[in-house]
Amino acid sequence: MKDTITLSVFRGDHTGGEERSYDVPVTEGMVVLDAVHYIQQHLAPDLAVRWNCKAARCGSCSAEINGRPRLMCKTRLDVLGEGVIHVRPMKSFPVIRDLVTDVSWNYRVARQIPGFTPAHPAPFVMHQVDVERSQEFRKCIECFLCQNVCHVLRDHDLKSRYVGPRFMIKIAELEMHPMDTVDRIDFTQKDAGVGYCNVTKCCQEVCPEHIHITDNAIIPMKERVADEKYDPVRMLVRAIRGR
Amino acid sequence: MAQAVTPQASSPARPREVPWWAQPLATVVALGVFSLYALWEALTHTSGRYHNYLSPFFSPDVHSWGVRVLPALWVLWVPLLFRATCYYYRKAYYRSFFWDPPACAMPDAKPNYRGETRFPLVINNLHRYFLLLSFVVLAFLWKDAVDAFFFRSGFGVGLGSIIMLVNVVLLTVYSLSCHALRHLVGGRLNCFSCSRGAMVRYSLWKRITEWNERHAMWAWMSLFSVWITDLYIRLLISGAIHDPRFIR
Repeated sequence: MKDTITLSVFRGDHTGGEERSYDVPVTEGMVVLDAVHYIQQHLAPDLAVRWNCKAARCGSCSAEINGRPRLMCKTRLDVLGEGVIHVRPMKSFPVIRDLVTDVSWNYRVARQIPGFTPAHPAPFVMHQVDVERSQEFRKCIECFLCQNVCHVLRDHDLKSRYVGPRFMIKIAELEMHPMDTVDRIDFTQKDAGVGYCNVTKCCQEVCPEHIHITDNAIIPMKERVADEKYDPVRMLVRAIRGR
Repeated sequence: MAQAVTPQASSPARPREVPWWAQPLATVVALGVFSLYALWEALTHTSGRYHNYLSPFFSPDVHSWGVRVLPALWVLWVPLLFRATCYYYRKAYYRSFFWDPPACAMPDAKPNYRGETRFPLVINNLHRYFLLLSFVVLAFLWKDAVDAFFFRSGFGVGLGSIIMLVNVVLLTVYSLSCHALRHLVGGRLNCFSCSRGAMVRYSLWKRITEWNERHAMWAWMSLFSVWITDLYIRLLISGAIHDPRFIR
């Protein structure tokens, strides 16, 4: 590893901007966020960056490092090779300034999802076999890297039609909950837009919590929607039974 | 001492460990060559039988049932639709052929995108039916694999017997690791502990989930095993090679 490394960091806002290069001294075990902090402390005090825990727990420091969505606090410099390291804000969301993006659309989506509605108030007695699927989804730290890499949101900006992978796991978590009573299948198809996902698994590839977003949440939800909306035999049986 | 240096252009280079186009290209080559081979096999041959060996392209043996016109086409539509609607192959062809997207964080090729909300791609939601049909074909392939160990002289083991057995095992694991099957056996339940029957389904779901984690690997291995099995039997029929017999 070289003694210094060059970071090319996006500087600008929603009206535009450009990358600027900074030389940063390298220390053992340094991560991209450390380098960005060095720039902020020594070279560009006005550099805007969102961060909090520096431990891959808070999901604040999401960015695009050499074109790949990653957490800056979890990306070591020594895995990025010897060349210039490009650091840019998440592409799917409007830039507020430099590396900080406006992710408030996600919180508006979260409010639209029908909430947990148990048959009776807590406390519940639940078995581990019934909650282990939901527990995987609860590892989500809301870094929104999956939302950023999802091509439906990233390239086509279909935010009005598809809620994105983060909220597909939220819906799956609620749908698979043994105590929940709400039917979200119609919502999943029409409002959440599960049909827009073409299961190319990029969300799963970038998830820092290694949640199997596509395999364990989106595909099971597609199958549940297929049960209700596309399976002709099940639709016929329901019609005969009158429900 | 670190210092700010001259601003650069806003479009960065995209260094990656493997070039982004490597995976789509490999998929296009593998699926493209296999498709051309399958077309050649289906359109130019009326039988895939060599003594007790039957090519998976011609199983069930509709030729012996009286179908004389392109018998392979009467068979191949089932595995074709099963694989075309498979969740793994969807990822593969959306990335490689449609470029929706070609690789993660790379731009899509087309401006208009509708996902799987419209015809014909909405048909992918019927994957479960093509899975059930593929089990029928699989039953015939198991019969063929057993027949491959019984020669005119009685029980024996040839290289073809082993190839056909490996092929049907790989096809079985590929089918049993299917996402739709995982849903049907237990994934659709919300409460596994609510009844004894649900716990049985939970056990099945857990097992299929383990296999499902390698679904892509089974998809490729079973595709190549079908290819190798058919090619081996075709070469036997043509007389280009002879079948080594390990047990007579």
